[in-house]
Amino acid sequence: MDLTRLEINRRTALLTSAAIAANVINPMQAFAQETPRKGGVFNVHYGAEQRQLNPSIQASTGVYIIGGKIQENLVDLDANGQPVGVLAESWEATPDGKTVIFKLRQGITWHDGKPFTSADVEFTAMNMWKKILNYGSTLQLFLTAVETPDAHTAIFKYERPMPLNLLLRALPDLGYVSAKHLYESGDIRQNPTNLAPVGTGPFKFVKYERGQYVIADRNENYWRPNAPYLDRIVWRVITDRAAAAAQMEAGELHYSPYSGLTISDLARLGKDKRFIVSTKGNEGNARTNTLEFNFRRKELSDIKVRRAIAHAINVPFFIDNFLGDFAKLGTGPIPSTSADFYPGANTPQYPYDKAKAAALLDEAGFKAGRGGTRFSLKLLPAPWGEDISLWSTFIQQSLGEIGIPVEIVRNDGGGFLKQVYDEHAFDIATGWHQYRNDPAVSTTVWYRSGQPKGAPWTNQWGWEDKNVDKTIDDAATEVDPAKRKALYAQFVKEVNTELPVWMPIEQIFVTTITAKARNHSNTPRWGSTSWHDLWLSA
Amino acid sequence: MRILGLAGRRLAASIPTLILILIGVFLLLQFAPGDTVDAMMAQMGGGDAATAKELRKFYGLDLSIPAQLGNYLWRLVRLDLGFSSIYGKPVSSVIIERLPPTILLMTASLSFAFFFGLVFGVIAARGVNRWPDTLISTLGLIFYATPSFWFGLMAIVVFSVYLQWLPPGGFEDIGTVRTGIWRVLDIASHLVLPTLTLGLIFLAIYLRIMRASMLEVLNLDYVRTARAKGLDETRVVTRHVLRNALLPMVTLIGLQAGTMLGGSVVVESVFSLPGLGRLAYESVVQRDLNTLLGIVFVSALLVISVNFVVDLIYARLDPRITAGG
Repeated sequence: MDLTRLEINRRTALLTSAAIAANVINPMQAFAQETPRKGGVFNVHYGAEQRQLNPSIQASTGVYIIGGKIQENLVDLDANGQPVGVLAESWEATPDGKTVIFKLRQGITWHDGKPFTSADVEFTAMNMWKKILNYGSTLQLFLTAVETPDAHTAIFKYERPMPLNLLLRALPDLGYVSAKHLYESGDIRQNPTNLAPVGTGPFKFVKYERGQYVIADRNENYWRPNAPYLDRIVWRVITDRAAAAAQMEAGELHYSPYSGLTISDLARLGKDKRFIVSTKGNEGNARTNTLEFNFRRKELSDIKVRRAIAHAINVPFFIDNFLGDFAKLGTGPIPSTSADFYPGANTPQYPYDKAKAAALLDEAGFKAGRGGTRFSLKLLPAPWGEDISLWSTFIQQSLGEIGIPVEIVRNDGGGFLKQVYDEHAFDIATGWHQYRNDPAVSTTVWYRSGQPKGAPWTNQWGWEDKNVDKTIDDAATEVDPAKRKALYAQFVKEVNTELPVWMPIEQIFVTTITAKARNHSNTPRWGSTSWHDLWLSA
Repeated sequence: MRILGLAGRRLAASIPTLILILIGVFLLLQFAPGDTVDAMMAQMGGGDAATAKELRKFYGLDLSIPAQLGNYLWRLVRLDLGFSSIYGKPVSSVIIERLPPTILLMTASLSFAFFFGLVFGVIAARGVNRWPDTLISTLGLIFYATPSFWFGLMAIVVFSVYLQWLPPGGFEDIGTVRTGIWRVLDIASHLVLPTLTLGLIFLAIYLRIMRASMLEVLNLDYVRTARAKGLDETRVVTRHVLRNALLPMVTLIGLQAGTMLGGSVVVESVFSLPGLGRLAYESVVQRDLNTLLGIVFVSALLVISVNFVVDLIYARLDPRITAGG
C-alpha cells in the first residue's frame, strides 16, 4: 500500500474551514422570523441502555441524553462555551480559591411538588458528586463541606484552592442536582428513583420500558417562561446502527445523537434534505484517538521507538480516506475546540516520515532482522466505535511497513478495560480520550503518575515523569486563569515530547437531526442539555 | 399415564445436562476478561478504583470463583435465579418481561417455516426435476444463503421506508395506547417483518428436508401398493406418503427450537424487539452472570419442553415409537 498517494495539504484545508466557521453568524437567526410552535413528539435514538438514568451519579452521555431533560445542573454552557446559570443564578469565589458561593434560583419545585432548596445541593454534592459520580469524586476530592446559610445559598468549602473556571467548566457535566427527600434514606445506588428520575427540568419522567423506550412529558410548572415547546420526548432503544438509520428515513426517529449511525449512513443522510448531519452542538464532547504505549515492553520504553512509531503513521491520509469531514488532525491531549486551554499546534509534532521512522529505529538498536522484521507488537483496540477499528488496522499496516508486525487482539468493553488498565496485558492500545472542557477533569489522569491499578482511562503505562506530575498538580490548584492556561500549554509540550500516549486525531460527535427541528445544536453540549427551547416546525 | 412416565423419564435425564450446562457457562464466562464492574466502567466512561472496589463487593464479586459458583447453585436449588446487575431487579422478572416477544417470534416463524416448507417441499417433490422443483429449490438456496441481518434491513428499507406498509421496528406502537384486538393487531403488524426474516432461512431447510423425505417415501413398496389398488395421486400423497415423510420434519423442529432462540439475537437487534436473544447478548457484554445463567436455564427448559412435545407427536405419527420405547 502506498500511503503517500492522495496526500493533500490538510493544514491549509483546516485553516480555511476554521476561517469560514468563524465568519458564520449564529445560524439560528435564520429561523428568527418563524414563530415557535408548541406541541409535538420528539423521537430520539437511544443506542446503549445504561443501568440507571440519574446524571448526579453517572457522568456519561448515555445518561445525559435522558436524565439531562428531567434533572438540571447548577450551571451549563452557553452558545459561546461560557458558563451560564441554570439552577444557580450567580456565583463568586473568595480570592484564596477555597470558598465558592452559589446563589440558587428561587421558586423552583421538583416534579413531585416539593420546593428545590440549598439542602438538595448540599446533599447531592456531599453524597453523590463527592462519593459516587465518576470524575465527580476526583473533582470534589478536596470538598470538605457545603454550607447552607439560607434556602437559596450554597457555600462550597474546599481544603485546597479550587480554580473557579475549572469548577464552572466541570459542573455542566458533573453538577446535576437530585432531590434530597427522595434519596436521604437507603442506598443511593439502589434507589428506585434512579430508574424513574425526578427533577426540576422541562420534562417529567413518565415510563421506562427496558429494551424498548423511555417517555417523558412536558412539565407544565417549568420555571422558564413559555418552555418547553414539545409535548413529549420518546427515546427508542435501537441497538443496530443500520436499523436506526432506516428508522430515521422512515420518519420514526427525529434525532440520533453522538455519532449513533455508521460513518457511511452519516455521509448518505448528510446529502438528504430531510436531515441535518453535523458536528455542531457537540463541541463540548470532543475526543481524541489515542495510541497508548506500554513501557513494560523494553522497546517501547525507548523514546526513539515511540517517536518512530508516530512518524510511521500517515494520519492525514487516514483521516481523509476513512473518517472524512468528521475528524481532523490532532495536536495533543487538549483539542482545538477548547478555546480556554488549546495551546496551539506549536508543540512537538510527529508528521509522517517513513525514512525518519526507520532511521530512529536503527538508531535505537532495533535493526531489521531476517524478513525485514525488527520486533513485533500486540495491539488492543477499544470496541467503542467504527473509527477505532479502522484506525487499529491502519496502525497495523503502517507499522508493518517499517518492520514491526502487529497482532490485533479484539475484546469487548469490559475485557478491553481489564486487559489494558488492570492487567497491563498489551504492548500498544488504542481508544478514545474524552476531553471534558477542562484538562483537570478527565485529561491529566492519562499522564499523572500514581494512578491506582485498574482505574480505566488513566496512566497505566508504567511511565512516570516528575516534571509532568508537578505541572499537572500546579495547574489543578492555580486560581489565576491566565497562569492555568500557561501551565497547561507547558503540560502539552512536555507530554508531546515524552509521548507516553500519542493523541493524533481530534473528533467531535456527529449529530443527525430532522430538518424540522428548531433551536437545536445551539450549545456545545446540546445533546446533553434540557432542550427547553427545542421545537418542531410543522 | 404412559405420557407422564415418558415426561418423568425425559425430565430426569435432562437435569444432569442442565446442571452441566450451567456450570460450563459459568466457567466460560470466568475466562472472559473483565467482570460486570469493568463493563459498567466502560459504559460510564470512567470511574475511580475505590468505587470499583466498592461495586465489586456490592455485586458479590470479591468472593472466590468456587464460592460464587456454590452460591449460585445453592440459590438455584431454591429456584432463585438471583439479582441482575444491569437491571437491578430479580433475574426471573427480567426474563419474564422479555419472554413474550421471543416466544411469539419463535412460534410464528417456526410455524411459518414449517407450513410453507411442507407445502413447497411437497410441490417440489411431486414435480421433481421439472420447473416448479427447480424454482423452489433455487429460491430456497437463496434464502438459506442470505444473512438474516441483511434480509431484515432490506425488508425495512422496502416495506417501511419506501412502501411504508409496515412499522420498521419495535414491539408495539408507543404513540397511542391500544387495547384488546387493536393491540393484538398492532403487535402482529410489528412482527410480520421479523417473522419473515427469521422464518425464511428455516423455510429453506424445511423444504429441502421435506422434498428429500417425500422422494424417499414415494419410492417405497407400500406406496406402489396404494397406487396399484387404484388410489388417485392426491390421496396417495396426503394419506400415505405425507404422514411418514413428516417424521424428519418433526425431528428438525425439536432441534431448531434451540437454534431459533440463539438466531433471534440478530433479528431482535435489527427490529429492536425486546426479546431474550438481545438480553442474552447484553448480559454477555455487560458480564451480567446471573442474567445470562438465568437465560440459559430458561432456554434449556424451553428446548426440553419442545423436545418433549416433539416426542409426543412422534408417537402420534408413528405408533411403533412408543411401543418400542
